[in-house]
Amino acid sequence: MNLFKLSWKYLTFRPLSTGLNVLLLSMGLAIIAVLLLIQDQLEKKMNQDAAGIDLVVGAKGSPLQLILSSVYHIDFPTGNIPMAEAQKLSRNRLVKSIIPLALGDNYQGHRIIGTNHDYVELYQSELSSGGLWKHPFEVVLGAEVAQKIGLTIGDKFEGSHGISIGSHGHEEHDFIVVGILKSSGNVLDRLILTSIESVWYTHDEADTQDSEEHEGMDHSTEKDYLNTEVAFSGFPDSDSPRELTSLLIRFRNPMAAIQLPRQINSGTSMQAASPSFEMLRLFELLGVGVSLLKGLAIVLIGISGLGIFIALYNSLKERKYDLAILRTIGASRYQLLFLILLEGFMLTFIGAILGLLLGHTFLWVLISQHDQGVVSNLRAWIFLKEELWIVAYALGVGVVASLIPAWSAYQTSIAKQLTKG
Amino acid sequence: MLFESRSISYAYPGQKNIVFPDITLQNQESCLILGKSGSGKTTLLNILAGLLAPKTGKIHLAGIELTGIKGQELDLFRGREIGIVFQKPHLLAALTTKENLQLAHFFGKKKGQNIDLLLAELGLTSKANSSVLHLSEGEAQRVSIARALANDPKLILADEPTASLDDENAQNVIQLLQYQASKIGAALIIVTHDQRVKSQISNFIEIQEP
Repeated sequence: MNLFKLSWKYLTFRPLSTGLNVLLLSMGLAIIAVLLLIQDQLEKKMNQDAAGIDLVVGAKGSPLQLILSSVYHIDFPTGNIPMAEAQKLSRNRLVKSIIPLALGDNYQGHRIIGTNHDYVELYQSELSSGGLWKHPFEVVLGAEVAQKIGLTIGDKFEGSHGISIGSHGHEEHDFIVVGILKSSGNVLDRLILTSIESVWYTHDEADTQDSEEHEGMDHSTEKDYLNTEVAFSGFPDSDSPRELTSLLIRFRNPMAAIQLPRQINSGTSMQAASPSFEMLRLFELLGVGVSLLKGLAIVLIGISGLGIFIALYNSLKERKYDLAILRTIGASRYQLLFLILLEGFMLTFIGAILGLLLGHTFLWVLISQHDQGVVSNLRAWIFLKEELWIVAYALGVGVVASLIPAWSAYQTSIAKQLTKG
Repeated sequence: MLFESRSISYAYPGQKNIVFPDITLQNQESCLILGKSGSGKTTLLNILAGLLAPKTGKIHLAGIELTGIKGQELDLFRGREIGIVFQKPHLLAALTTKENLQLAHFFGKKKGQNIDLLLAELGLTSKANSSVLHLSEGEAQRVSIARALANDPKLILADEPTASLDDENAQNVIQLLQYQASKIGAALIIVTHDQRVKSQISNFIEIQEP
């Protein structure tokens, strides 16, 4: 028998009251844990995916939409831009590098991104097998995509038109898998990469299919372009005016951050958006909801603190005789003080552990409900240093809540208490 | 001399001074404290147990001056050398029978009597691991006596231990207290106004109303 065991016995002697307080506390802490985990991982992911991209240029529209569609690949693109204008921009002295993107197709909901090899280099991704695309219609799968659709090198599949699942298929030409990327935890994991030419030709064929059938056009031209190598860097060659979806730009110097967006927004039919600025704006918008949840969590924790205080204080009334008895069998005042503090401490410690567990479990459920998109990329069983603060915070609540009852236990006069009963 | 109290007096705020008779006891000796209700019997018991500091007087137990120590030292001394039995058992409801007794060893920092043997002696073996809520009144009182004995005290104090018991249980309790006190060589002081007790122990002091 010792003080820990005695405290524990008292806690389990009142399972309902103890349970309610633990539950309230753990709920509050779980909310905070989930917010912490999501915030940390989203921020990390957002920063990671936007690393090396100073500016995104695309068709006019919502700048936030442009960032979401071209950097994080979660929203719909704003539209297309003429490649001629994009090429003009690449000659601007403020632009250090430029990566063109062409969006428009998907396979089972996974976006097919037309780009060049610079895009893979931007994220410093490595291949786990095969090689990068060299010819039209060759694709490289992100690690997660490969795992989910179960295709390997040499397999063929048919893309569908549009960004999201359920659009009509392109029956004209199959894509062929030539490489699979290693998992790197960034946006590439859930993309299918190919050349810009692939995206163009897919849509060309869709447009010309009818006329081909009627006029019996020679197929040798098609064979020709299928065997030519695509552009590995910069813009692809084209005789006719072509379109792109967006451009990822890196500045040559800090001055560009001020001048370039203005030049693009006022001097061209395109718009420029900064990932960091737009994300900041997005988090500000979300911030209201987050602080509301945080407020709720703090209220819950406050109530549970009050609950613990009331439970200890009430039980103390019944237990004054117990405490007096403990004194008669040799317990000191300090031991009684410690006993009550320990009870509050244990209660909140259990609440804290349960809260963290609940938080992680909740996140895990949330993730398992989404098999695509940003949420599906979060991880539930990562533990943060900040979570230790949650535990410390909870224990603080426990100590504060049990301070007055503990002091009152310390002050109990044994003789008075014993003669009363 | 095992136990001795000299010229003890006590006054509650705003009330008259009560002067208590002196008590001197050897090992294994018993003594009753008699007196009318409200005469201060329980007050004397509290003073003898070191739960209440007397206004004047000195108490010696086993070579230690009880009135000369205080705080944690007094608490520990009480836990080790004085066993107290109350009118009602007042066991800790959250614990089992055995745990109630183990508590005495823990707070007294002493390995006194073997708890299993003690329970067997009091006929409580079958109740050792059951909650004290399931004990009858007589059983509960026996457990509280076992708790008082657990640390092999030098002095056993009992405050109306038979008041709420029937004749048979009362008889058992008195015999148990006397037997156990003589077994461990302790002095026994019982506060009572119970005729059933008076008939068994002849040595007594009487507190006169002030």
